[in-house]
Amino acid sequence: MSTSEIITSARALGDREERILRYSLTERINHWIGGLSYIYCLGTGLAFWSPYLYWLAAVAGGGPTARFWHPWMGVIFSASIFYMYKLWRNDMLITDADRAWWKNVKYYIRNEDEKLPPIGRFNYGQKLFFWAMFYATILLLLSGIILWIPEAISWNLRWLRYLGVTLHVAAALISIGAFIIHVYMGTAMVRGGFTSIVRGEVTSAWARHHHRLWYQQATRKAPPGK
Amino acid sequence: MSQAVLEIRRISGHAGPVAGAGVERAEQVCKLIDTTTCIGCKACEVACLEWNGYTFTDTTFHNSYQTMPETRWNYWNLIKFNEHEGPDGSTMLLMRKDQCMHCSEPGCLEACPADGAIVQYQNGIVDFQQANCIGCQYCVTGCPFNIPKFNHQTKKVFKCTLCSDRVAEGLEPACIKSCPTGCLQFGLKDDMKAEAETRAKQLREESGHVNAGVYDPEGVGGTGVIYVLHDVTNPEAYGGLPKDPRIPWIVRLWKKPVKWIGNLAMLGGVIGVTLHYLRFGPKEVDVEEPRKGDQP
Repeated sequence: MSTSEIITSARALGDREERILRYSLTERINHWIGGLSYIYCLGTGLAFWSPYLYWLAAVAGGGPTARFWHPWMGVIFSASIFYMYKLWRNDMLITDADRAWWKNVKYYIRNEDEKLPPIGRFNYGQKLFFWAMFYATILLLLSGIILWIPEAISWNLRWLRYLGVTLHVAAALISIGAFIIHVYMGTAMVRGGFTSIVRGEVTSAWARHHHRLWYQQATRKAPPGK
Repeated sequence: MSQAVLEIRRISGHAGPVAGAGVERAEQVCKLIDTTTCIGCKACEVACLEWNGYTFTDTTFHNSYQTMPETRWNYWNLIKFNEHEGPDGSTMLLMRKDQCMHCSEPGCLEACPADGAIVQYQNGIVDFQQANCIGCQYCVTGCPFNIPKFNHQTKKVFKCTLCSDRVAEGLEPACIKSCPTGCLQFGLKDDMKAEAETRAKQLREESGHVNAGVYDPEGVGGTGVIYVLHDVTNPEAYGGLPKDPRIPWIVRLWKKPVKWIGNLAMLGGVIGVTLHYLRFGPKEVDVEEPRKGDQP
């Protein structure tokens, strides 16, 4: 996303409150492919996890159907996460600004945001979420392949199946913990966040408030002569 | 008779207690296999195929009398042939009829996530209900005996039923009926155990098999199929019969403590974010004054 794109987007909105583009269409589509496939895997995974949640398999088309689609949805989810890695890898690197912000995270939790140091496009919490999901996805994919075709694993290699269920459960639980916080913060807590990943835009005030360094960078005028 | 013995004791993947559990106490049934009088005729293999309606399919031989390397989804009963050299240098051909052991504490049922795909009847028979099976094969991971086998076409798992359909009508399993030497017997667990112990004692005292004994492994709560072995200290020699079979510890960990820790953690997460919202509420962004350092 280039600076000129952002400015164009802001200008095109005319007399409405000034808005800037936070997520490109590609980023949004990729996010929602990942989000929806994750929710399918979460629901069916929880069905296989607990008898008290087995009814979720019925919602997803019945037990055998859920068992058929869960791995494929997992592949789609993994693909979206890996593409997300390609898109956001640089934005997700932890910087000194993040470390300064993280030291003051208690103010963020208490909604005393005015006491926080400025940060870039993503804050430290978002970056942690991204990396937790990224590594959990790698584990889920590798262990998931074992659970997908356990009949291909011979009796002598059965420890692979034991390893598979263990890693799959552990990685899934980590991703669920991260997912709960992500959904809460993206919808209820940080107002404007959900709209930004749907329509792509945030108000300038929102950008200044939450991601001041990114706002400054994104709205910086092009140097003369270029 | 038939309804009584098909009362269910345990159900896989089932929320809450088993309906009607404990209203009646049923006797445990048991198959006794005396490996010392088995002649390897494979009549039981044929009878199993016939009764369960399967036909013989292509197989692989490994220079042995054994019909195929291991049981299949449509071949539940397989005599395993193993040449075994004794301490005195003599060679014995060990023959063991391999099939589902019908564990009292079945690892397959413990691991299964599908409600009612695996049931254990009050008489101890562990039976797969393919209508409820989702084909995940967690049972394969839970079984310490390598018994449940997957059918690629139907995506269901199959294994020996101990002829639960015959037993329900007061008949012995098909393999028992076909055995010409009487090395297979069927009856109540207590009776079969006593019979087996008598035979083992006879082998120890009269036939020089000083280590003869009964295989009824405690690690899985005892089994509904028990063996008399010439040498009970070395069951592995009989085609890989595990010495101390248990539900894999990792399956127990996954299905018990990890499940409850995970449930508490997920619930804790949801409660945590709810409390945060109630205490601190949302982050609203009012139109704020630009701070020092902002672009104009």
